[in-house]
Amino acid sequence: MNLSKRRTAGLAFIAPFSVLFVLVFIIPIAYSAYLSLFQNRLIGGNSFVWFDNYAKLFRDPQFWDGAIRVVSFTAVQVPIMLLSAIALALAIDSLRLYGTRFIRIAVFLPYAIPAIVATLMWGFLLGIRYGLIGSLNNALGTSFNPFTPETTMISIGVMVTWAFTGYNMLIFYAALRAVPRELYEAAAIDGANEWTIVRSIKLPALRGSLVVTIIFSIIGTLQLFNEPKILTSLVSNSGITSYYTPNIYAYNLAFTGSQQGYAAALALVMAVFTIAIAYIVQIKGMKNVFDK
Amino acid sequence: MSSTSSRARVAPLRTPRRPSGKKLHFLSSPKKSPVLTLVTALFVLYCLLPLIWLVINSTKSQADFVSSFGLAFGDHFALWDNIVAVFSFQGGIFSRWLLNTVIYVVLGAGVSTFLAALGGYALAKHDFVGKRVFLLTVLGSISVPGIALAIPQFLLFAQLGITNTPWAVLIPSFINPFGLFLMWVFSAQAVPDGLLEAARIDGAGEFRIFFTIAFPLLAPATVTVLLFSFVSIWNNYFLPLIMLKDPNWYPLTIGINQWNMLGSTAGNGALIQNLVITSSLLTIIPLVIAFLSLQRYWQSGLALGAIKD
Repeated sequence: MNLSKRRTAGLAFIAPFSVLFVLVFIIPIAYSAYLSLFQNRLIGGNSFVWFDNYAKLFRDPQFWDGAIRVVSFTAVQVPIMLLSAIALALAIDSLRLYGTRFIRIAVFLPYAIPAIVATLMWGFLLGIRYGLIGSLNNALGTSFNPFTPETTMISIGVMVTWAFTGYNMLIFYAALRAVPRELYEAAAIDGANEWTIVRSIKLPALRGSLVVTIIFSIIGTLQLFNEPKILTSLVSNSGITSYYTPNIYAYNLAFTGSQQGYAAALALVMAVFTIAIAYIVQIKGMKNVFDK
Repeated sequence: MSSTSSRARVAPLRTPRRPSGKKLHFLSSPKKSPVLTLVTALFVLYCLLPLIWLVINSTKSQADFVSSFGLAFGDHFALWDNIVAVFSFQGGIFSRWLLNTVIYVVLGAGVSTFLAALGGYALAKHDFVGKRVFLLTVLGSISVPGIALAIPQFLLFAQLGITNTPWAVLIPSFINPFGLFLMWVFSAQAVPDGLLEAARIDGAGEFRIFFTIAFPLLAPATVTVLLFSFVSIWNNYFLPLIMLKDPNWYPLTIGINQWNMLGSTAGNGALIQNLVITSSLLTIIPLVIAFLSLQRYWQSGLALGAIKD
C-alpha cells in the first residue's frame, strides 16, 4: 500500500519533465521523420515520395562537401583541443605554476562568452581590415589573410579551441583532483619521480573523462553552425558557402529554400551519424577501461 | 551504491583541501617552475587577448576604431558615449533585448532546474514503472545534436502557431537532460534514505518530503544546474534565430548580430562597429560576474559530470 503510493509519487515527480520532453524531443523528431518523406515540388505541391529525400541526399555533392568539411575539422580540432586541455590540467595539478587560480579562471573564461561575441571579437582581431593581422601585414609588408577559402576553417578552429579548451581542462582537472593524494605519496616513497606519477597514475585517471570529453567535442564540432554563419556577414570572400557545414545547409534549405522535407532528412541523418559516433567512442573507450 | 563510494563521489562538491603532508613536502607544495608558468601564460594570453581587445575597443569612437591600432586606445575615451548610444540606438531597442534575455534566462533556467531537481530526485529515490526506459531515453537525448533538433522543433512549433512568440524560445529551454542527470547523481549521494524514511513514518506526504527535506539538501547542485542553464540560455543563438522574426522578441545575441549585419551590408548603412563592440561588452558582463562569483559551482558540476562513466 505504502509502496504503491510511493510509486505513484515517483511518476508524479517525473510527469512535468516527461510531458515537456515528449513535446520538445520526441514529437519533433517523429514529426521530422514524417516530413522527410515529403517533397515540395513546383508542380504538384507537397507530395509523398517515400525515401527519395534520403536517396537524393547521399547523391548531393553539396551535402558531402559540408559533411567532409566538418568531419576533417573534427579530426584535427578535437585532438588539438583535448591535448591542450590535458596539458593545462596536468600543469595546474602539478602545483608548480605561479598564479594557479588566475590561470584556471582565465582559461575557462572563454566558455562563458556567447558564440556571437566570440566570433565578432575573433573576426575583428584576425580580419585584415581593422584587426591585428592587418596591422601586422602593414608592419611586415606581408599579405597574410586568415579569411580566404583556404584559411577560414583554420580561423574557425582558433575560435572553437579558444571557446572550449578551458571547459575540457576543468573536466580533466576535476578528475585529477579526485585521485587520492596518498597514492602519489605512496608512489614517491617507492621512488617514482614526477613523470612516472604522471604516466602511471595521472594519465590513466583521465581515461573516463577523456571518453566524455571526446563525445561532447565531436557532438559540438559536427554541428558547427554559429561561427561560419556569423562570419558570412563579418568578412567577405571567406569561402563560406550556403552549404559550408551540414547544419548551415539544413538551415538554408529549411528557411530560404523552403525544402523542409529535405532539410528534415538532412537533420535526421546528421543526428543518427552523430549518435552512432558517440556510441562507438563510448563502447571503445569503455572497452579499454575493462581491458586494463 | 555503498556508502563509502557515495561519500567519495560527494567529495568534489566540498571545498577541496589538500592534505599538507610534512614528510613529502615536494608533493604538496613543490618548487614553482617559471618555465612551465611561462608556457602556460602563452595559452592564457590566447584566452584573454580577444577580451582585452573588446574592452579597449569599446572605449573608442567609430572614427578612432577605424583609424587606430587594435590594441591601442583611441584619441577620445568614448566608452560612456558608446554606452549611451547603445541604449538609444533604434529607439532604445537594446533595453528591450536585455529585458527579453533576462526573462528567457530567469524563466528558462528556473523552470528547467526545478523540473530537473524533481525528476533527478525521483530517479534516485523512488521506484516507478518505466524508470529504465525513461532514464535511457533522457540520457540518450543528451547526445542528440541541439541544432538537428531545432529544425524539427521549428517545424512543429510552426504547426502549433507559436513561432515568433517568446514561447518558442522558452519551451525548449525548460528541458535540460544534462541537468536532470546531474540532479540524479547528486540526489543519490546527498539525500540520505534514512531521513526520508523517518519523515514517512512521521506521516509526511511525498511532496512535502521533497520540498522540506530533499530540495534544501540539493541546493549546491541546484546552483550548479542554474548556472549552466543561465549561460546556455543567455548565449543561445540558433534557437531564437530560427524561431523569432520580430525584433521586439529578440534576445541580445540575435540583436547584436542584427546590428553587425546592419553595418556591413554593402556600405549603404552607417558603420556602427563601436555600437556592436560596446553592446557585446555589455552582453558578457553579467556572464563574467556570475562566472567569477560562483566558480566553486562550475568546478563541482564538471566534477560530477566527469564521474558519469
